[in-house]
Amino acid sequence: MTAPIITVTGLTMGWDDTNLLEDASFEVERGEVFAILGGSGTGKSTLLRHLVGLDAPRAGAIHIEGVGTPSLEVGRPSYGVMFQSGALFGSMTVGENVALGLTAWTRLPPAAVDAIVRAKLRLVGLAGFENHTPAEISGGMKKRAAIARAMVLEPELLFLDEPSAGLDPVSAVELDELILTLSDALGLTVVIVTHELESIFKIAHRCIMLDSKTRSIIARGDPRELRDTSRDPDVHHFFNRTTEDA
Amino acid sequence: MTTWPKAEAERTRAFGIEYLDTGAALEVRLAGTLALADAAALWRELQPRLHPSTHEEVRLDLSGVESIDGGAMALLVQTRWDLETAGGRCEITGASPAVQKIVDLYQSHPPADRRPPPKARSAVEQIGNATYEALLEVQLVLAFVGSMVLSMGGVLRRPRTANWREVAHIMNRTGSDAVPIVVLINFLIGFVMGFQSAVQLKQFGANIFVADLVGLSITRELGPLMTAIIVCGRSGAAFAAELGTMKVSEEVDALRTMGFGPLRYLVFPRILGLVLVMPILTLLGDLVGVLGGLLVGITSLDLTVTGYLIETQGALHIWDVFQGLIKCGFFAIAIGVVSCQQGLATSGGAEGVGRRTTASVVTALFALILVDAGFTVLFHALHL
Repeated sequence: MTAPIITVTGLTMGWDDTNLLEDASFEVERGEVFAILGGSGTGKSTLLRHLVGLDAPRAGAIHIEGVGTPSLEVGRPSYGVMFQSGALFGSMTVGENVALGLTAWTRLPPAAVDAIVRAKLRLVGLAGFENHTPAEISGGMKKRAAIARAMVLEPELLFLDEPSAGLDPVSAVELDELILTLSDALGLTVVIVTHELESIFKIAHRCIMLDSKTRSIIARGDPRELRDTSRDPDVHHFFNRTTEDA
Repeated sequence: MTTWPKAEAERTRAFGIEYLDTGAALEVRLAGTLALADAAALWRELQPRLHPSTHEEVRLDLSGVESIDGGAMALLVQTRWDLETAGGRCEITGASPAVQKIVDLYQSHPPADRRPPPKARSAVEQIGNATYEALLEVQLVLAFVGSMVLSMGGVLRRPRTANWREVAHIMNRTGSDAVPIVVLINFLIGFVMGFQSAVQLKQFGANIFVADLVGLSITRELGPLMTAIIVCGRSGAAFAAELGTMKVSEEVDALRTMGFGPLRYLVFPRILGLVLVMPILTLLGDLVGVLGGLLVGITSLDLTVTGYLIETQGALHIWDVFQGLIKCGFFAIAIGVVSCQQGLATSGGAEGVGRRTTASVVTALFALILVDAGFTVLFHALHL
């Protein structure tokens, strides 16, 4: 049994004078797809920002790979992050966006960087789009390019914020399959923030569910088991919606 | 020919590579652990040897590979595609089930031709393009002014359709908040003018005429112009950036779909706010500019405060101040129109906002000088 890749202990976080989550603890195991669930305003994306070190917790600790609360010092990142909007740099081409990590943090010759970038873009279904600018591609394509950028340095840990939100059903299914394949083939640990429940049942091994009323984690475990066995009315309602959608 | 085991000169790496050359075919046997950290070494090994002109067929044998990450696999798979695109044959063989999963992952999508990068343009082409774009910008500004005139008609018929509540807020931002910098800059301009002219006038014993020179140049020219330049850099840039950000984040489109015209809702309040505060700022600028000259007069030219002020009063006519105020009204319109037009023409995200904000300041400064020159010629022609 290997040590968890992420350990969160007694985390309290929030905005201004409001706490979104209080004294929350959970662990993410190596190689799993871990979903952070909850309705709008429960702090899913805020929790992700804390996990990647963009925001500091009010109390508690976050350990990634055994190292304390993540900080964003300049240096080669140990994990990849895909933001909800993709957050591609508009002044660069799609290829340059993906190549950025390689050119900054490796000593690969330009031709090798180009080869890897082309392979990564093909992997996410964007073959031939190296010289397009972000403004020239659709929202779904931006998200896929952002995943390619996030995984270009071969991190063991990938954070994805609402990857399939706003995508058409076919693109969403393709993205789910890509995430599953990445996790399976490369052994990636994927932490995913989403409320696309169809997607969660398909790809997540485990999940936690945040609740804004109690400011706590009200459910944790295999999402399929939670759907079938949870007696908590909020959890039941949340997953019942899934059953209807699925 | 073999490079196995790995050469001592190379840095420690976790993979080995062996070549079996049979003339037409080349088999590359890879072994060990392949990771992104080794990708540079792997690339340097493979590239000189793998070319369709030397071997018709290349086999990348991964039977000895214990593990491989996505970066190294990306290189191998891309190498395979590149060889096949160049007319050769290449296959990846012998992978263990775990490694084969990664091979399949990276081979799951076929390659596609990419769009060629934009070609470098000649100097003539660049000049032509820049000229065309400048003319296009002029056309866009004129079209914007045309739309404003049309929209103004609608506002006059139905005044409630404009967002007048925003005017007070705009006046506060562009007026009150700008007072400190307007006061400081105009005071220094008056001070510097007085100092420079004092050096010359002292030689002729005409010290007292510093008051005439500073008073006239500040009220007729420098006060309105410097105030306008400050407002342009401060508020004009802010308008362009604000509207530009709203445009790229689809807020302007949202306004449109909710039945609010961006001109009535966003542009008119800003221009009106500027037109209302610019004369006040200009008068303030005139006053402190004269005070700057006064400081030089009493500290360097042995003039008295009363003497300086009486001389200024005698030199200035109310029309001199009024000239400046007429100009500053048009300056305000020029800054407002140009900055709002540039903001609403923004596209392409953060870079587009930056580009349009810069263009807004440059174009508005050019417009200010143009308006100023036009009024100077007009007043001269009318003997005013």
